[in-house]
Amino acid sequence: MGALSDELGAALAPDRVRTDPLELALYGRDASMMSGQAGVVCFPLTTEEVAAVVTICGRHQRPFIARGSGTGLAGGATPTGSVPPVIIVTTRMNRILEVDVEQRVAWVEPGVLNLDLSRAVAHLGLHFAPDPSSQQSCSIGGNVANNSGGPHCLLYGVTNAHILALEVVLPDGSVVMLGGLDPEPDGLDLRGAFVGSEGTMGIATRIAVRLTPLPPSVATLLAAFPTMDSAARAVTGVIGAGIVPAALEMMDATIVEVVEAYVHAGLPTDAAAVLLVEVDGLDPGVTVVTGLVADVLREHGATEVRVAADAGERALWWKGRKSAFGAVARIAPNYYLHDCVVPRTRLVDVLDQVGRICADQGLVLGNVFHAGDGNLHPLIVFDRRAPGVLEKVHAAGEAIIEVCVAAGGSLSGEHGIGLEKRDAMALVFTAADLEAQAWLRSAFDPAGLCNPEKVLPRGGSRCADLADIPEGAWI
Amino acid sequence: MSVIADFAAEVGPSDPVTCVGGRTQWSVGGRPADGVREVSAPSGVVAHEPGEMIVRVRAGTSLADLAEALAVGGQFVTLESETPDQATVGGVLACGQGGVRRLGYGPIRDSVLEVTAIAASGQPIRAGAPLVKNVTGFDLCRLLVGSVGTLGVLAEVVLRCHPQVEAEQWWTSAEGTDPFRLIEDLYRPLAVLWDGRAVWVGLAGRQADVAAQAALLPGFSPVDGPPPVPTGARRSVPPAQLRTLAGGDGFLAEVGVGLVHFAAGDPAVPVAPAASGVVELHRRIKDRFDPTGRLNPGRSPLRAAS
Repeated sequence: MGALSDELGAALAPDRVRTDPLELALYGRDASMMSGQAGVVCFPLTTEEVAAVVTICGRHQRPFIARGSGTGLAGGATPTGSVPPVIIVTTRMNRILEVDVEQRVAWVEPGVLNLDLSRAVAHLGLHFAPDPSSQQSCSIGGNVANNSGGPHCLLYGVTNAHILALEVVLPDGSVVMLGGLDPEPDGLDLRGAFVGSEGTMGIATRIAVRLTPLPPSVATLLAAFPTMDSAARAVTGVIGAGIVPAALEMMDATIVEVVEAYVHAGLPTDAAAVLLVEVDGLDPGVTVVTGLVADVLREHGATEVRVAADAGERALWWKGRKSAFGAVARIAPNYYLHDCVVPRTRLVDVLDQVGRICADQGLVLGNVFHAGDGNLHPLIVFDRRAPGVLEKVHAAGEAIIEVCVAAGGSLSGEHGIGLEKRDAMALVFTAADLEAQAWLRSAFDPAGLCNPEKVLPRGGSRCADLADIPEGAWI
Repeated sequence: MSVIADFAAEVGPSDPVTCVGGRTQWSVGGRPADGVREVSAPSGVVAHEPGEMIVRVRAGTSLADLAEALAVGGQFVTLESETPDQATVGGVLACGQGGVRRLGYGPIRDSVLEVTAIAASGQPIRAGAPLVKNVTGFDLCRLLVGSVGTLGVLAEVVLRCHPQVEAEQWWTSAEGTDPFRLIEDLYRPLAVLWDGRAVWVGLAGRQADVAAQAALLPGFSPVDGPPPVPTGARRSVPPAQLRTLAGGDGFLAEVGVGLVHFAAGDPAVPVAPAASGVVELHRRIKDRFDPTGRLNPGRSPLRAAS
């Protein structure tokens, strides 16, 4: 390790290359349930420094992993493997380099936080549309890696639709620009292939993001339902009426209760499910659509439909929705947040089965999710100190994946595959499908050093030998 | 699946092949080499699921047939062609070029949710999923859109559908309107087109919104639709660069997007050559997806601008 860290220290600065045990332990995990061993932790400040680190790693045949804020839930930034990888942390590359109002583009470094960018351009009437619940702390580099979503991606599209160009340090240390500010750059859409590659194809060091005009008018509806079924049917009803709201979110009673105790927004805690529906656009259309949505919600059994009185109330409701994962700490100290997608029309059935799976394991389940695009987030709340609970959470997680896949769904809507779901890939892809994905990856990373053990299964078998997995690991 | 299997068998594992759609964009990426065997993808709308806002359609289906099937369920997809009776879904996706409503619709690559393609080995491969939101696995869908048939032969796709809009209306102005100012004033217009003098504006959505926005178009007169698109050459530039076209003629520019359609085949706007690192990535990708170079020899996505 000495020669490697010495070289890295010479290329960056000794204080930005860390090997002390505490630091290595901190960077041994992200926001997933897994952990591993980091070899060296680096904090580059520039593209040139990132390229230098990657080049040095190549010389030493040492795997490396880019890491933003570490909010990833699928273990994409968790170090793996028998040789502890170099962790390249982008949090200090956090400048907004340029805001081009006419072309509605901002050039940012990867460590810029999602919400910081939207705040910085709000006075120009613009925002960065992807809005993951972690937007106060997740980085735009991380959003690019995971093709992140968020409630408002129902209308505006996930991260890939908002990235125009990427300066990337490729795994061989060379620097390329993928995509461009023009709409159809010649050649393959390498920009599109890179977004969502979960750190396996290089490290984005400068990112051109599309800025979206803030809507002139916004209406947010909150509807209470007596059953999860009726709320899920209302979701289908809204879409069936030819309406695509800006956001269409569902929270069940468990979540509403803890969220209300946290934000005191007057949420209906006696409801079995609450829908949060946001309509935006021009004022006349918003008025019309708000009325239509309210009608559909009532037709499907809503016992109460409220429209946020002002921006303050809207912000409070969204604060509740986006802080649900923290608020469940009132129930138990740990949670496992699942992420999968099912056809919208199967929501009722799948939610029912997910509920039964958790009940069978004696686990507390909350549901808070992007109902409008069928993106489920079952939230299992537990205390990891309780004997045997991790095995139950694990078993429930596996069973939920099986139910979603059986319903025609997929493994992840926005959190990514990472390490967590890598070995489930064979449930939804054939060996030939996975081989084609491996071709793309190896074109970017022929040496196989860039976050090498993520996304694609190594063997093709679904479950690794569970006995070999350390406690807390999720495979 | 047998339709796909039959098409895979037709593509086969070895000799050079090119897939023919409606030949409406036949020169995109260059002309295929002489003597290359032609195949055609199967056609037909397999399933439109309005509740999921998706459609599964075979690549050889014409845009017109697809539009007709989707209209029954009150939806549409954002693929466009000047000649929808001839242009096929697979052809439009392989070329990767959007139509004049791109400002409102977004790029066509964003509407592809799942792709089934025949690999160079003759084996079908699938990427993505029939779901409106999905990040499972690497994004081969976006890689294949615009790959002009050089990495795999599109057989079937699942596309994102949208509810039909209540109103779509077009206007045109006399000379003197500043399209760059206009685009700042309008909220999410469908299109702002400019030929150096006249401006065309398309608006779509709720009738009430279209009416409200039309008030921002003084001096404009209603027209049936967009003007004919010149077909001599197509260039993609950063949107701000369109200003440099002022004073010229023989073009139609998509303001806010950055696409320019020229009447002449050799416009003064050059195509910037791809950087060497990007060319190298193309070479490596082609090597892996098509090691013998049998898929559409003679064509390259790096020559898509025509």
